Amino acid sequence: MKLWILIITTIILSFISLFIGAIDISISDLFDWNSDEAQIFIISRVPRLLAIILAGAGMSIAGLIMQALSRNKFVSPTTAGTLDAAKLGILISMLFITNVTYTQQIIFSFAFALLGTFIFMQILDRIKFKDAIFVPLIGIMYGNILSSITTFFAYEADLIQNISAWLMGSFTLIISGRYELLYVSIPAIVLAYLYANKFTVAGMGEEFAKNLGLSYKVILNLGLFLVAIISTTVVLTVGVIPFLGLIVPNIVSIYLGDNLRKIIPHTMLLGVVFLLICDIIGRVIIHPYEIPVNVTVAVIGSAIFLIMLLRGRAYAK
Amino acid sequence: MIEIKELTKRYGKKTVVEDVSVNIEPGTITSFIGPNGAGKSTLLSMVSRLLNADTGEVLLDKNNVKKWKSNDLAKRVSILRQSNFINVRLTIRELVAFGRYPYSKGRLTAEDEQFVDQALEYMNLIDMQNQFLDELSGGQKQRAFIAMVIAQDTDYILLDEPLNNLDMKHSVQIMKILRKLVNELGRTVVIVLHDINFASVYSDRIVAMKDGKLVKNGTTNEIINSDTLREIYDMNIPIQEQNGCRICVYFNSHT
Amino acid sequence: MRNRTKMILLFILVIISILLYGFYDIKGGFDYAFPRRMIRVAAMVITGVAISYATVVFQTITHNRILTPSVIGIGSMYEVVQTLIYFFAGSMSIWVINKYLNFGAAITAMIVFALLLYRYLFRPDKYPIYLLLLIGMVIGTLLGSFVTFLQVLIDPVEYLGLQSQLFASFTKVKAELLYIALGILLIAFLYGYFIMKKLDVMSLGRENAINLGINYDRMVMNTLILSSVLIATSTALVGSITFFGLIVANLSYQFFVTYKHSTLILGASLFSIVALVGGQFLVEHVLELRTTISVIINFVGGIYFIYLLLKESRAAA
Repeated sequence: MKLWILIITTIILSFISLFIGAIDISISDLFDWNSDEAQIFIISRVPRLLAIILAGAGMSIAGLIMQALSRNKFVSPTTAGTLDAAKLGILISMLFITNVTYTQQIIFSFAFALLGTFIFMQILDRIKFKDAIFVPLIGIMYGNILSSITTFFAYEADLIQNISAWLMGSFTLIISGRYELLYVSIPAIVLAYLYANKFTVAGMGEEFAKNLGLSYKVILNLGLFLVAIISTTVVLTVGVIPFLGLIVPNIVSIYLGDNLRKIIPHTMLLGVVFLLICDIIGRVIIHPYEIPVNVTVAVIGSAIFLIMLLRGRAYAK
Repeated sequence: MIEIKELTKRYGKKTVVEDVSVNIEPGTITSFIGPNGAGKSTLLSMVSRLLNADTGEVLLDKNNVKKWKSNDLAKRVSILRQSNFINVRLTIRELVAFGRYPYSKGRLTAEDEQFVDQALEYMNLIDMQNQFLDELSGGQKQRAFIAMVIAQDTDYILLDEPLNNLDMKHSVQIMKILRKLVNELGRTVVIVLHDINFASVYSDRIVAMKDGKLVKNGTTNEIINSDTLREIYDMNIPIQEQNGCRICVYFNSHT
Repeated sequence: MRNRTKMILLFILVIISILLYGFYDIKGGFDYAFPRRMIRVAAMVITGVAISYATVVFQTITHNRILTPSVIGIGSMYEVVQTLIYFFAGSMSIWVINKYLNFGAAITAMIVFALLLYRYLFRPDKYPIYLLLLIGMVIGTLLGSFVTFLQVLIDPVEYLGLQSQLFASFTKVKAELLYIALGILLIAFLYGYFIMKKLDVMSLGRENAINLGINYDRMVMNTLILSSVLIATSTALVGSITFFGLIVANLSYQFFVTYKHSTLILGASLFSIVALVGGQFLVEHVLELRTTISVIINFVGGIYFIYLLLKESRAAA
């Protein structure tokens, strides 16, 4: 697939996304700057599109970094506990700080995402049986544990329905003023691009990296840091978007190979396209109501993941 | 007698074993040799029902092994593979006692205990029988597994590269024991070997394979000669005779 | 200490915890409180034994001591059934009020799910067993996000009812369901009695087990079904206690260093009774917490699991 096809697809889908929703907006409405339609467009539709683009690109890159660092195709924020850890962090901040501020939530969530992913990488380091299938199995179980800890605290504090509604991945509530945190992921994505090759080398192992004169620990920690930043911003603004960081890099690597520098633009764009499609489907199916995007992503994403597993690319004999 | 008839195994498009037919002579050591990827281990796995063949069949006493009851077959044919990772902590004696499972279903009789003792003695393991497997060296562990197979008391013993990871001393020790099993107890041993000199010195018959196909099957003397070896390995391998054994000197060979 | 001595000690602990729980500080009269407490004890014994049994045999056939049979998504299936019932029929419907019907529906759905999964994906020659588990888990995640979506839409009052249905609790267990669960458990044990020695052989690995005349693949299938039935029963009885089995099974392995399943299963079962009954005693009478023991166990079990992963990496092969 050529890059320009992806770019054009992104543009077309963005356009569709801008003009779909509970209220019909036509291009002519936009010329009247003071109309309700134009206001909705500015306050709701444009932020939503931007949020989708940033979240889609960010989550796919986060997945890509994790796969390079762990040298396992099936490691991603979904299958390494990152998202669950970020969620736990938010809950902890809500429980232990009365009148928690947004900034405090961000800090807690980020710290937990970083710590959670770091612990998983430690686990991965110690597991001798680094089977392509076994690692995500352990990772998902690990994520479930973090979730069950979250549930434990939430249940104690009667926050469950709150939490699950609030962390439901959804762009419905994205309006201007509620998504700007996502801009933080832009420098993270740029850094990911600049350090792409080094992540690949670090993934080859500590000795290999040292042999090439790289500071292994610094690169590894930078990678985890970027993953945590991206995951935190997405979880806090949009909610949990499962499987995105898992399947998008895999699809790209099927048609482009594994040269990180080369595949980063494709991965970002395909992530955006995938998320746009899921969001549009969610908005169209029960129009004028909406299905939260994480449900459509989970359905489509897990179906694709299942197909990948059954086709057995990762463990071909 | 074990008869291998037109066995074929494919993985996807790759044919790993193609149309191989061999008869295993009772009361002999038969070695499977050949370069990497020749299909030796795959063939052995199919003979021992660890792997299903795509086409062809394996007959034991004129009956297809798939038609045999699992438990009855386990009293006639035993197989030992090269990787024996075990998750549970077992002593040597406990492992060897498992060899009696086909007979006693886990409730050992006095007769079973006797077989276990004999097998331990055969493999020189009596003194260390209560040690745990994970405390043993590679050679000792390999001996313990062979003892289990001996306690299983089968006519046919199939071994997949049992000398892997063993030093010279232990390799020779194990080959001598196999020889004893054949000469003294009348067992039949089928063994996959990497080192052709072990095959040459210790086996009665050799089955040579290459690229999944049978190259030649005959007595050791029929196979261990420069012409046949060239056919198998694409190497010029001079043979030297020493105390009646043919030794293949392949170190300086040019193709 | 010989294993027999250890077992007797453990048995004495079981008796002590049951007596303590049964007789300690009986308020409101013996005739009222004692039978109620004994019903809870019966529920804890039945679930404890079912989960221990299921976990030990499952870990034997997967040759792994850090996986639990709940990884294949049976627990999610339970949530799906209950959520669907509350969503479509409501808390006043016969599907909730009639305990037999609710129990039957839940247990049937879980077992059918497991059977379908094994029916289509249990092909040892084609897919490794970890793949089967991972696929079950991904389907579980998929169902889980679907359920979260429905739960957000449910009326908050109904939701509370659903929550209590989903959360494991021994205090609300219905005595009449215990007989059914006990029946299922006895049938499972009858079958288990015949395969106990085969399981011992299977712990030597596939190749050695086949060599010794075990019909390995069929045994794996049967054991998977057995452990699924047991997990389904305990889940339908008291809700999902995901990581409990992990603790007691590993305690049993470490306490009784043996390959014999009769010892391992009995040991794990006794540990689980002590943990549940003794734990419940501590929670109710000593610590005076309002949480149920199962929530705490899930929490502790999860942390223990992470500890196992970090410490005993050899187990993961």
